[in-house]
Amino acid sequence: MAYHRFDAVIVGAGGAGLMAAIQLAGKANIAVVSKLYPPRSHTGAAQGGISAALGNVEEDHWEWHMFDTVKGGDYLVDQDAAEILAREAIDAVLELEHMGLPFNRTPDGKIDQRRFGGHTRNYGEGPVRRACYAADRTGHMIIQTLYQQGIKHHVNFFDEHFLVDVLFTEDGICCGVVTREIKTGELHVLHAKAVLIATGGFGRVFKITSNALAGTGDGIAIPYRLGVPLMDMEFYQFHPTGLYKLGILLSEAARGEGGILRNSEGEAFCARYAPTLKDLAPRDMVSRFIYQEIKEGRGIDGKDYVHLDLTHLPEEVIDQKLPDITDFARTYLGVEPKKEPVPIQPTAHYAMGGLPTDVDGRVIRDEQATPIPGFYSAGESACVSVHGANRLGTNSLVDLVVFGRRAGRHMLKYIQENSLPPLPREPELRARAEIDAILSRKSGIRPVEIRMAMQEVMMDKVSVVRDGRGLAEAQEKIQGLKRDYASVAIDDRGQTFNTDLLEALELGYMLDCAEAIIVGAIAREESRGAHYRTDFEQRDDKNWLAHTLVYRTSGGIQVRKKPVTITKFEPKERKY
Amino acid sequence: MQVTLRIKRFNPDVPEFQKPTYREYQVEVEPNDRLLDALNKVKWHHDGTLTYRRSCAHGICGSDAMRVNGRNRLACKVLMSELGTKVTVEPLIGFPVIKDLIVDMEPFFEGYKSVKPYLIADDAPSAGERLQSPEERARYDDTTKCILCASCTSSCPITWTNKEFVGPAAIVNAHRFIFDSRDQGAAERLRILNQRSGVWRCRTVFNCTDACPRGIEVTKAIEEVKRALLFDEVQ
Ligand SMILES: Cc1cc2nc3c(=O)[nH]c(=O)nc-3n(C[C@H](O)[C@H](O)[C@H](O)COP(=O)(O)OP(=O)(O)OC[C@H]3O[C@@H](n4cnc5c(N)ncnc54)[C@H](O)[C@@H]3O)c2cc1C
Ligand code: SF4
Ligand code: FES
Repeated sequence: MAYHRFDAVIVGAGGAGLMAAIQLAGKANIAVVSKLYPPRSHTGAAQGGISAALGNVEEDHWEWHMFDTVKGGDYLVDQDAAEILAREAIDAVLELEHMGLPFNRTPDGKIDQRRFGGHTRNYGEGPVRRACYAADRTGHMIIQTLYQQGIKHHVNFFDEHFLVDVLFTEDGICCGVVTREIKTGELHVLHAKAVLIATGGFGRVFKITSNALAGTGDGIAIPYRLGVPLMDMEFYQFHPTGLYKLGILLSEAARGEGGILRNSEGEAFCARYAPTLKDLAPRDMVSRFIYQEIKEGRGIDGKDYVHLDLTHLPEEVIDQKLPDITDFARTYLGVEPKKEPVPIQPTAHYAMGGLPTDVDGRVIRDEQATPIPGFYSAGESACVSVHGANRLGTNSLVDLVVFGRRAGRHMLKYIQENSLPPLPREPELRARAEIDAILSRKSGIRPVEIRMAMQEVMMDKVSVVRDGRGLAEAQEKIQGLKRDYASVAIDDRGQTFNTDLLEALELGYMLDCAEAIIVGAIAREESRGAHYRTDFEQRDDKNWLAHTLVYRTSGGIQVRKKPVTITKFEPKERKY
Repeated sequence: MQVTLRIKRFNPDVPEFQKPTYREYQVEVEPNDRLLDALNKVKWHHDGTLTYRRSCAHGICGSDAMRVNGRNRLACKVLMSELGTKVTVEPLIGFPVIKDLIVDMEPFFEGYKSVKPYLIADDAPSAGERLQSPEERARYDDTTKCILCASCTSSCPITWTNKEFVGPAAIVNAHRFIFDSRDQGAAERLRILNQRSGVWRCRTVFNCTDACPRGIEVTKAIEEVKRALLFDEVQ
């Protein structure tokens, strides 16, 4: 075992983790831990854009952005946080530009902006150009730029280190993490005053997903096991346009640039459901429109997909603004988007829920928002909540930079004001026991069997459309799979680069995420945003204008409610 | 369809594989499966010790560059239908092998870091963005696409024998800044690339351009850097 001491440890080197790290670099002794080399983080997959009311191409105001965020989130958004998001987005995007991010430009040299789902002018009048972008690889440019800044500021990277435990003192103060160095199998204890979890999402819980194979919820499952609550886990976003069967994302930018969804009759059906925003209605809605079309027999060839039609777009728009995603269609489906429509279906995309935090990234433990000292989260692993029941496109990248930055700044203050808490005795014990149990098991169930069963049932019963019966079935199934997991067995017993072991650990984390999603979904007897139940079709503000907190306790799983912060915008029906 | 994957194995923990050894696996795949899907099938269903890096599964994270039938490819960006029924899979050459298809990437990232791959400019305006025309932006667009997969560097015969050469990927990333109108570090980077380890080692073999899964014109970028050095001018 190796021991290290830091002021702060950041787990996760995606946009959120790196943005936090840059605030601390040079001012404190920090480490950034990542199971992947930082530029491999899934932030690099983001395509379409990052919104900020710069008003570079048409009139725009942060208040409009805030309103769209609140309405898009079906009023479950904490409005104090949404205000910070919309206000600070402007400065954060400019900071990215100053760091060197190669945004596309307007003819007069400013950052260019495009349309995106749910972003409107003047409180819903019509689409507005708010998304700043770098072709359709905005996330790639963000991760590259932030990694470059990390190199420039000599950030201490622990690359290919896998988080296996988070450490707390007996008084519940966070005091470090345990990692497994992937190359050697050695355990490292990183003793620190503050820890930031920025480990991203967990789309791999579902069968069809746009998320990386590494998107397994590690950083939220570990604290959940230790009694830290998870918030709003039932809100999981299905993006309307994933490549058929593969789930690979075709950004909303395709529709922002004029792409249209069509059913088997060639009808542009979104206009029927959302007369004003049409194809640019928010994602939860468009995914349900597709579901409905398929259910009514208007899927292509009667199957479970529809078409994304780009054939009417000028060639130069496709080549200059959507080159990567049209390349995906060519590579993986053999479809030429300039000539043929692309088969698409909804794909599991984004976790609105996660570790509950305040607006400074501090993880909170209860409905009074009591912070856990020294414990932070930002990015997709966190739930501030700025996305409420449904995130708008481009708002995740904003979330990463705005709240990654705020968390980093708050951590800097915290580590200056606090001393290093003691480590628990034998800090690596729990992690070692978990790993040894798997490594020493001679026979049992292969991880793939459990994983596929989990992904099937989550897709089948816990995705775009849900009901109480299906959720109960899913819950039973996941409980059974958790029992199976107790006898999971792998082939590789070595120490060197044992990804067989890591995949088994990740499966354990995903099962915990699945459990929390289902518990939240069963509790929430209403339909709101991405959580749609056929047995409770209406939004119920009287009972459910509230966040859920899911706790694992010794007496079983508990769900508690946390009030939503409302400042400027009273909840209204959501129409587009 | 049935395919045979012939995979070069190496594993310091297992006596059988302590010397690099080819091992064959039969798997059932769909023609439009990715090679990565086939590798996953082997790992998940037959032999969990088979080891490779992967994450995004659609060609944008740069994790899974490897040698496939003698060419550097991303396993997630090549379909089985392209590869025939017998596929040879080996780790990237030119880097130390850690285990199976996993090579030590540290030398690669060291080369990358050596060219100062970050914007060097201290005149950020107090309000608003730095201006850059669409034409200025287009000048370095190609080299912004790099995902640091190392396919190019590993395909370059110079890097196999000359461990000092920074390699094409590092030059691509230097190019990305040298030709960015906002950057002021061109002279510094050009000085670095003018050294013995720099661009002059390149013999214009074009392997790198062929290998790049992002379609970057790597050789052209290197030539542009050479020209900037020769004529002392960035155009
Ligand atoms: C295909 C796609 C397109 C998208 N497009 C957009 C868009 O256009 N606009 C937008 O706003 N949003 C978009 N999103 C959403 C957005 O990209 C993500 O929500 C966001 O990038 C997540 O960033 P993050 O920093 O939280 O995590 P990530 O970038 O996922 O990084 C997670 C980090 O945690 C590390 N990690 C995880 N587990 C461990 C562990 N056990 N030990 C050590 N390290 C660990 C990983 O190595 C990685 O460094 C898109 C998402 C996808 C999938
Ligand atoms: S230039 Fe191309 S081949 Fe080389 S590292 Fe970058 S993406 Fe890979
Ligand atoms: S897995 Fe990301 S490039 Fe292949």
